[in-house]
Parts: sequence; structure tokens; C-alpha cells
Amino acid sequence: MKCRICGQPASINLRSHKTAFCETDFLHFFERRVRTTIRKYRLVGKDDRPVVAVSGGKDSLSLWYLLSRMGIAADGIYVDLGIGDYSRVSLEKIKAVADRLGRKVFIFHVRDIFQMGIGEVARAIRRVPCSACGMIKRYVMNRVCMDRGYNLLLTGHNLDDEAAALFGNVLYWKKEYLWRKDIVLEEKEGHLSRKAKPFFLCSEREVAAYAIISGIDYIYEECPFSKGAKTLTYKGILGRLEESSPGTKLMFIKGYLNELRQMKMHDEAAGEAKEVIYCETCGYPTLGGQCGFCWTLKKLGLSYRVEFEEYG
Amino acid sequence: MKVNWEGREYTFEKAMLVSRLLDELEVSAEAHLVVANNRLVTEDHKLGADDNVKVIRVISGG
Repeated sequence: MKCRICGQPASINLRSHKTAFCETDFLHFFERRVRTTIRKYRLVGKDDRPVVAVSGGKDSLSLWYLLSRMGIAADGIYVDLGIGDYSRVSLEKIKAVADRLGRKVFIFHVRDIFQMGIGEVARAIRRVPCSACGMIKRYVMNRVCMDRGYNLLLTGHNLDDEAAALFGNVLYWKKEYLWRKDIVLEEKEGHLSRKAKPFFLCSEREVAAYAIISGIDYIYEECPFSKGAKTLTYKGILGRLEESSPGTKLMFIKGYLNELRQMKMHDEAAGEAKEVIYCETCGYPTLGGQCGFCWTLKKLGLSYRVEFEEYG
Repeated sequence: MKVNWEGREYTFEKAMLVSRLLDELEVSAEAHLVVANNRLVTEDHKLGADDNVKVIRVISGG
């Protein structure tokens, strides 16, 4: 197999794009695609002050690195879940990239605030660890944005993450989540920062190839709590579909985005704006009196406290 | 050739295509990348008997 650009032996075959590239031309292809996504969906503007949610994995570290190459200076936020070596090694990888990029990273230690790791927090509030983790991460990352003046939170969610989540939402008709996903989520003045996902249309395979070729040292091990997660099952099913019909995942997500746009245009035309309720303790958007974060602290008998360590 | 996959090392005596190696390991080409002698290679690349190979899973929990 030859590279489509230079004719040298290819390093990656992209069936969904019906093409193959050598390492150098793949880097150009990938970066151009992300740049196009950022421009087309207006993810990052000239006046934005972005921050990247980093986990130590390939997606977030690649995004952080790629943004830097594009001249988009962004600091990082890491939520240390207190999962032994997994969290420790993740943080080491993040600090190495922070050093390489010359950027700062905010670190929130779950154990410092909750006096226990994420597994115990989840047990105490009778939720599965992934649910407790998501709730705390969303809250903390937004808090950093609000407190430190970042108006845009960028995450490394990729095409496979989005397709798997959409698949699960459709499969069980989770209408409350189904139309919430988007490539960019607008801010709510004073309460919620804008969020964007520049890798929304890039497959996990492409992001991994980008990380490997760019020499990004990411944590390869899975989070111990993700064992048996439904997301992995959905990704496996979608992967098999992709093998027999390349481009399926991209069509699934692009089709969703088209439907979502039409629905939002319809809602705007009809003047249908959803009422937002804010947490009575901290002001974070919620469904009822208290947000999940404040409710968890109260349940554990702890007072409200959100503090960050700064590195770099 | 020496093949590193999921932290374990496997030895294969003969040269073979990457696609054959993935079949031997019973892993999907869509969910894995293969690095041979520090370079990413495609499924039709022929691995030599002396190559150092790493099979990398690309799908994570998200």
C-alpha cells in the first residue's frame, strides 16, 4: 500500500476515507482535518481563552499538543480520581506534556476534597464509578473555567466516543440525553463555560496514530473502573460494522449533527427556550435544588470546597 | 520476530504479513495499530523474521 501523497510505503490505511498515508503525510492530513473542523464549527475564536481537559490518555494529550502546534495556547485541567498507580502515572504523563508545551495544568485531587477515592465516593452515593466520575469532572472543569477566567473548555472526545454514546442513547431511547450531544455547547453566562470537541469527527484509530507518530507518551492502561463498561461493548459493535462498511461511524455522527441542527433551528424559530435552574449552593446548572457535586459533599458530611494544585 | 502485545511478548519464527499477525492474535485491524521497528505499518506490510513489533489497542473506555 502506498501513500496517496508521496507514493512511499503507507503507514496507515484509512478505509473510511478510501486512502492511505505515510507518517508525515498522515500528520498533515490529520491536522488539516482538525483545523477544518475548528473553523467550520467555529470552535475556537481569536479572543477565546481555552483550557484543555486532560486525562493522560491519547485523545486529550494529542489535542493539547495539536492545539499548541496550531498556535492555540491552552492550559490543562486534570482531575486526579485517586485511583492508585493509574492516577499517579496519568499525572506523570500530563506533567511531561505540560513541560514539553510550556503550559500550566490545574490539578484537582478527589481525595483532598472528598477524603476518599472515586470508587468509595461512588459507593457512598450509590452510583457506578463512571457516573460519579463524570459528574465530578464536569463540575470541576467548569469551576476552573469560571474561577480562572477561561471561557472555553476543550475535550478530546473522538468520533468513536460520540458514536458509542449516541448508539447507547438510541438503543435505550434515552431521550433526556439523546439531543444533548453536540460538537460545541454554548455558555450560560456566569454559570457554564462554552465546551467544544475538536476531535468529534476523528476516529479513535486516527487519534492514536497521531499520538504515536508525534511521540506523545500517553497512559495505555485502561481505567480499572472501565472494565465491562457498556461503552466498550458499543465500540466493539460499531467497530465490526465499520470493518464491513467503512465510513459507517462518520455517517452516523454526521447524520446526527444534521438532524440536531435542523431541530435547533426549529426550536429557535418556535422560540422554545428551555428554562435553566441553578444550584442553590454554588450556582451550577441543575435539574433541582442542589447540583450533584454539592449534593455529594452534603451526603458525605463535608462542606463546600473546591481547590486546585497548579503545576507549571 | 518479537511481538509485544498488551504487555506480553510473543515470538514468531517466520516472516508474515501484518494482517496475518492480527489474525494469529485474533484482534481486529480496525481497533489496533501495528508498529514495526518504530514505524507504523499497514496490514499489507510484510514483517521480517527479525523485526521488533508492537501491537497497540486504540479503543479505550472513553
